[in-house]
Amino acid sequence: MLQIFSVNKTINFLKHAMPISILSMVLVIASLASLGIKGINWGLDFTGGTVVELEFSKPVDLIELRGQLNTEESDGAVVQNFGSSRDVLIRLPVLEDLKSDDQVNAVMKGAQAIDSSVIQKRVEFVGPQVGKELAEQGGLAVIVALICILIYVSFRFEWRLAMGSVAALAHDVIVTLGVFSILQLEFDLTVLAGLLTVVGYSLNDTIVVYDRVRENFLKMRKGGPVEVVNKSITQTMSRTIITTGTTLVVVIALFLKGGTMIHGFATALLCGIFVGTYSSIYVASFLAVKLGICREHMMPVEIEKEGADQDAVMP
Amino acid sequence: MLNKYPMWKNIMVLLVITIGAFYAIPNLFGEDHAVQVVATRGAEVTTSTLTSVNGILESKGIAVKRAELEDGQLIVRVQDAEQQLLAREAIAESLGDKYTVALNLAPATPEWLEAMGGSPMKLGLDLRGGVHFLMEVDMGEAIRKMEEAKIADFRSQLREEKIRYAGVRKTAKGLEIKFRDADNLAKAERYLKSLSNEMVFTDGSVGENYALYASMSEDYLRQIKEEALQQNITTIRNRVNELGVAEPVVQRQGSQRIIVQLPGVQDTARAKEILGATASIEFRMVDDKVDQAAAANGRVPASSEVFPRRSGGIAVLKKEVMLTGDHITGAQPSFDEYSRPQVSINLDAKGGNIFSNVTKDNIGNPMATLFIEYKDSGQRNPDGTVKMTKIEEVISVATIQARLGRNFVINGLDHSEAQSLALLLRAGALIAPVTIVEERTIGPSLGKENIENGKLAMIWGMVVVLIFMLVYYRAFGVIANLALTANLVMVVGVMSMIPGAVLTLPGIAGMVLTVGMAVDGNVLIFERIREELLAGRSVQQAIHEGYANAFSTIADANITTFMTALILFAVGTGAVKGFAVTLMIGIATSMFTSIVGTRVIVNLMWGGKRVKKLSI
Repeated sequence: MLQIFSVNKTINFLKHAMPISILSMVLVIASLASLGIKGINWGLDFTGGTVVELEFSKPVDLIELRGQLNTEESDGAVVQNFGSSRDVLIRLPVLEDLKSDDQVNAVMKGAQAIDSSVIQKRVEFVGPQVGKELAEQGGLAVIVALICILIYVSFRFEWRLAMGSVAALAHDVIVTLGVFSILQLEFDLTVLAGLLTVVGYSLNDTIVVYDRVRENFLKMRKGGPVEVVNKSITQTMSRTIITTGTTLVVVIALFLKGGTMIHGFATALLCGIFVGTYSSIYVASFLAVKLGICREHMMPVEIEKEGADQDAVMP
Repeated sequence: MLNKYPMWKNIMVLLVITIGAFYAIPNLFGEDHAVQVVATRGAEVTTSTLTSVNGILESKGIAVKRAELEDGQLIVRVQDAEQQLLAREAIAESLGDKYTVALNLAPATPEWLEAMGGSPMKLGLDLRGGVHFLMEVDMGEAIRKMEEAKIADFRSQLREEKIRYAGVRKTAKGLEIKFRDADNLAKAERYLKSLSNEMVFTDGSVGENYALYASMSEDYLRQIKEEALQQNITTIRNRVNELGVAEPVVQRQGSQRIIVQLPGVQDTARAKEILGATASIEFRMVDDKVDQAAAANGRVPASSEVFPRRSGGIAVLKKEVMLTGDHITGAQPSFDEYSRPQVSINLDAKGGNIFSNVTKDNIGNPMATLFIEYKDSGQRNPDGTVKMTKIEEVISVATIQARLGRNFVINGLDHSEAQSLALLLRAGALIAPVTIVEERTIGPSLGKENIENGKLAMIWGMVVVLIFMLVYYRAFGVIANLALTANLVMVVGVMSMIPGAVLTLPGIAGMVLTVGMAVDGNVLIFERIREELLAGRSVQQAIHEGYANAFSTIADANITTFMTALILFAVGTGAVKGFAVTLMIGIATSMFTSIVGTRVIVNLMWGGKRVKKLSI
């Protein structure tokens, strides 16, 4: 039997819980601070404006291109490479009294002055009011997701565990947002999708540990909550490593090979998976222990009936 | 006996996976270059069109792979892109302008497969290239129009009932009807209330000022908005058809927005021109009692307005609108017996009734056709919406000769005016102006690139995961890999089966992610089995316990992920929705394959036998 993680003894994960939780807390505070000070680099989907993606026939000098974009229409343009040195992404803000078509035409004129065979690969215009609605909807989606999860986990497990899982999720969302804020990475719709996927993924991890915790409380006749939680984490460790590993592999593949348009999505997932994996232990489980989870809380749940249930579904 | 599935269960699993795989097959065939023929108003695509198209192409020496009628449109498949262009030209030339002939890519699914409902996944614009517009309907304008109609109604209703009123106008407090005494006010309130229950009336008299205020009820406002949106969707759909685009999408989004997607279109300027041309027609009576010189200076009665004429000069028209363009169902340019150009108009039943009543009372009087157009002024309001300018012109004045019904003609136009008026009326009028609030254009090469990137990521991720599972779990790894592959095939199959599901770039990302997360179910089960084995259980016991214990964990974990996907689907638009759909399908299929699918194989291989050692 090939094993990545093999221990016969229970590892005392919670021994390091205090310092790591403090570290987590610092991360959350740093993220919140950055969100407050630097804010988020909102992408086109949220701010409104125009994006033009161009492909030049040869590598293009961005400084030269910026020099060409000095007309009134292309005022405030952000020019950056996108994927390769031949691909350029230009973002234009919404300007009063100007049509997006005129802005695009001005950009094309400037680009053609450098390279006559430049190709316009993509143009996107989003009105500012649409973006504002999206930002509201996005925030609402995350909050609704968290509330639904709180209800589901409370119902299926116990409110202390539900609190733990939601705290862990909020932690993951805040830290991932913090990374985007600190590095000033562009936050667009795909990143929002990535963020919600992080919520789902990180919850997966938490639920797997919780399931064991519930089971072990009923199985282990001795040992306090700390021992039970430690044992549960140890038992699920090899699953956590393998699943995190395989998911990371595909997310890295997406990050490297998936193309520039889903880069943001892959980035959000990449940091979400790291944060989500350790938060299931050091935020979710630790908080549940701190809230005083104990054997009695697990007793009233109809575990036995559920076992009978399972047999009916898949004997 | 432990670990034995009944036969029906094995068969069911096999059947489900086979059906999934079967519906995934169409995706392997790619697409044919095709020409699509759609009839515009007044024409129909029939088998005779099919025969004539076949004849045309044969005479031009263009080989037809397959030509068939499908949902009222004709799809002609040809060999390659070059033949496709030739074919379109030939067909368009001989069929004339009653048909729209467009280039199309038709799925090359074999006929027998298509007959069984097989079709490939639909690709989103980000994978196919094309333009996407999100348009917003100006509800303020729709409501303003209704208010105007109401004002005219009140006037005529009060007049008919011989209730004396001093004036009707629009104020900030609602529509105001003034009276000289309380008696008339009370009578009017009673009478109007009995006629229009969609309005809310309040007595707003102050001292000697007798005034009745009418405002629209919430329900009525909602209904107006709903109708404006529906009407605009229909009109835009008609216009999109005039554009000749294959497989366009016109959909409502929310309470006042419309999504338009035109795959393959790159000429956005033309598309916008046609979609955004918010023109409409109104028929009004000419006020011929007004002195022309006075009218030129703007001195007209309160019940009339001055408009410029297209041919020059001005015309004074009554404010009351007899009929709007909404009721027009058809319009064709033609010639009268003296070969003068005219436009034949067909009205719907309601419009016909209104028109017949109005014209009966007005025989011998001149009636004007007013053309109203909203144009993008090129400027924006502070909130980012587009400022619109309104252009109003009288395009024709004609004397009503007889009572008119549902079919009549408008004359007094020159040839080109008749042509363009007919086209405009055919395309339908927008009840309220629309503005483009979001616009995306994806080049076709970028679309292909996106697909390639997605595929590449999928292959890389998949290969690494498959190898790992194989090395780590050996025989069980093979089973997990089979489940993983079956899962991917089933996602593709289900995506192809669901009519509304569209594959987008984030959708591909969702599929890739499913590959990574789908192994979770198997890992949970296999780790449990290992644990049970280490704890000294027998092989049969270990398998049984492993599956049973992992089940609730897998269910809980997947239900919560499914919940987040559902929320994404509910709030997301376009690409994000695409991601949510693939994720939801992926969760469902991966639960099935990893729990039930692998169990079938495990049971068949090891179940109910004496096994000493398990290759896990």
